[in-house]
Amino acid sequence: MFKHRKSVPTAAISIALLAQGAIAAEEQFFPVLSYRVGPYGANGQSFFGGFVDYLTYVNLKENGVNGVKIVWEECETEYNNAKGIECYERLKDKAKVSTGPIHTMSTGVAYALIDKSKEDKIPLAMMGYGRTDAVDGSVFPYAFPLVTTYQMQASAILRFIKERGKGGLEGKKIVYLYHDSAYGKEPIVALQEEAKLNKFELTLIPVAHPGNEQGAQWLKIRQENPDYVVFWGWGVMNQTALKAAQKVGFSRDKMIGSWWAGSEEDTVPAGDAAKGYMAATWNVAGKDVPLIADIEKVVYGAGKGNLQDTSKIGTILYNRGVSAAVLSVEATRKAQEKYGKGKPVNGEQVRWAMENLDITDARLKEIGATNLLPQIKTSCTDHEGSGKVKIQQWDGAKWIPVSGWIEGNKGLIHPLFQASAKQYATEKGIAPRDCSKEK
Amino acid sequence: MIYREAGQFKTSYAADQQLFPIRQDRIGILILLAVVFLAIPGIASEYWFSAILIPFLIFSLAALGLNILTGYAGQLSLGSAAFMAVGAYAAYNFQLRIDGIPILISFGFAGLTAAGVGILFGLPSLWIKGFYLAVATLAAQFFIVWCLTKFPWFSNYSSSGVISAQKVVILGHEFASPREKYLLVLSIVAVMALAAKNMVRSSTGRAWMAVRDMDVAAAVIGIRLMPTKLLAFAVSSFYCGVAGALYAFCYLGSVEPDGFSLDMSFRILFMIIIGGVGSILGSFLGAAFILLLPIFLDITLPWAAGLLGLPFSNATVSHIQILLFGTLIMFFLIVEPHGLARLWQIGKEKLRLWPFPH
Repeated sequence: MFKHRKSVPTAAISIALLAQGAIAAEEQFFPVLSYRVGPYGANGQSFFGGFVDYLTYVNLKENGVNGVKIVWEECETEYNNAKGIECYERLKDKAKVSTGPIHTMSTGVAYALIDKSKEDKIPLAMMGYGRTDAVDGSVFPYAFPLVTTYQMQASAILRFIKERGKGGLEGKKIVYLYHDSAYGKEPIVALQEEAKLNKFELTLIPVAHPGNEQGAQWLKIRQENPDYVVFWGWGVMNQTALKAAQKVGFSRDKMIGSWWAGSEEDTVPAGDAAKGYMAATWNVAGKDVPLIADIEKVVYGAGKGNLQDTSKIGTILYNRGVSAAVLSVEATRKAQEKYGKGKPVNGEQVRWAMENLDITDARLKEIGATNLLPQIKTSCTDHEGSGKVKIQQWDGAKWIPVSGWIEGNKGLIHPLFQASAKQYATEKGIAPRDCSKEK
Repeated sequence: MIYREAGQFKTSYAADQQLFPIRQDRIGILILLAVVFLAIPGIASEYWFSAILIPFLIFSLAALGLNILTGYAGQLSLGSAAFMAVGAYAAYNFQLRIDGIPILISFGFAGLTAAGVGILFGLPSLWIKGFYLAVATLAAQFFIVWCLTKFPWFSNYSSSGVISAQKVVILGHEFASPREKYLLVLSIVAVMALAAKNMVRSSTGRAWMAVRDMDVAAAVIGIRLMPTKLLAFAVSSFYCGVAGALYAFCYLGSVEPDGFSLDMSFRILFMIIIGGVGSILGSFLGAAFILLLPIFLDITLPWAAGLLGLPFSNATVSHIQILLFGTLIMFFLIVEPHGLARLWQIGKEKLRLWPFPH
């Protein structure tokens, strides 16, 4: 009986998805490039579950954005670049009518789509991942690394260490242990600049993909005996590192991970070894955020929840999916304010809105998302809009924030983005926009 | 009845040695070329170009490269993706570092660079054979990807290690739209496929096949093993290298070394196993099977599930798709172990006799 009851709404949703062949004039379409199977399927399930749940929530609670119902179609990318492109092309025609920003949740897919999405005028949101120099909106009008980037995050982590240690960073030894890929390499330049500025000793230790063998690296860390390990791990690499740290006796509360290395999916499998481990995040976990509790009540109460495993509600990645959806919906709301309330908005209009987002604490409170994510104010020169993260610590059962919102050193990091964006513009022959003329 | 060569007499050596000796085949190939060059650009949508046709052609080319090495010369290789990576990075660097170099020349040089690397990693084939050689080429796969990651010079010191392919401009015309890119890829693939078809029936190709069937016997009849095997590695890597360059410039637009993983090498190997080892046509059929079937299942499954009212979530559909795909691979291998190309061959034999049973 229970099974039957559960299957009816899912069937209804799948039929509804099919019926979306043509998008009605009063509907706002969201292309969702998700991954729920494949190597990172577990992460994707939580993230995209949260994303879709919030869209359902907006439909149920407020009947869409100013009466414009949100519809969406999911396409499975399996975290594979080629499949990502195939999905994008499949959903593109519908997205040309009206679209929300596309969240790829994958640096690789984002890189592959960055030029195409500009040509097709479909905004790309890369919340907390790359291509990070898209912070410079004059070169990348359609790409938005919203909230935070790897570089700003690394800088914020260093600031946290600095404030925690009281003695500053000078003379300290910091090891950067990273996944040897685009993801792990991007922060290096920021860390090196910070090392120059704060006069600490930086050691770079790469880990080859997938990182399920780190004996040599941790031996080296034990020899170096650093004050802190800044950790840019990924997938199975995270739990391996935590277990290896325990083995060589490196204190986990001197190990700070990036936000890809700080979810329940990483710490729970490491068991005891994860206790005390810290990680950066741009959204908090838990159900005590009013919005998350309300989603559980409204959406799951109506039997329209996207997750089959409801224990994932309130996890870091679920809440991150909700945060991503909040920003997407806020962007369409903003676009409607300018281009006509109660009407669907297209990619160009949403792009404008994403460049002029101003989500204050007051607005976050209205949504019920107080403290879920930081305040965001974007502009043509700053597609990031915040650059703030919190540091959280795993207490053996859940993540607990141990800091307020910490901002990275913008004055140091943002010029690096501009330099990199400029190089990209010359390589590609792009004439940057004049941001002072944008309204 | 229609497909029969009765009455087609060869009166000259040229006629006897032409690429397609049967008239119906010649007409067939001309019609095929006309369709892909003239008709498809007119009717296909952007989705078809960028998500289906371009990757299909590029992977066909890579499979063709591997087929030359494995199918014709009998040297098992697991490094195809790595040779594609060499081609992609070489083309990028030629474009970047030599001012005003025409893109087609870059592609050619990219192929040559890959060929050079291929010869290097082909050297072990002189001493070891079969599965042991596969393990040796595995070294190429890991070494090349490591090398491209390790030395930032290859990616022009990009902080992320990802390279962004330059624009494709030929004679002042920019190939920007998917349709133009399709035509460019198609032209290159068509020329290289015809060249391969020609090559495998030349003395070089025959020497490869002799080495494949029994290398001691080949040596006895006067075929020098070292140049023959190394040439096979060079030509194969050249094809893979050009495929890699096209993959970066005409398909993805930006690539990173990790993208050319062992997984991709395996996919290319599966393409030729399913399509037909030692067949030019097989490379195309195999690439179509491996690339297009998942997309086809992906599109039809949710539709079928909806029609039957089955409660399938997106994830379930993906799982079923993988399941079905695996089953189909097994089905085809059991029904026809020599690949899809062999099915085509049998079809042709049957057509010859049709409508009579004998």
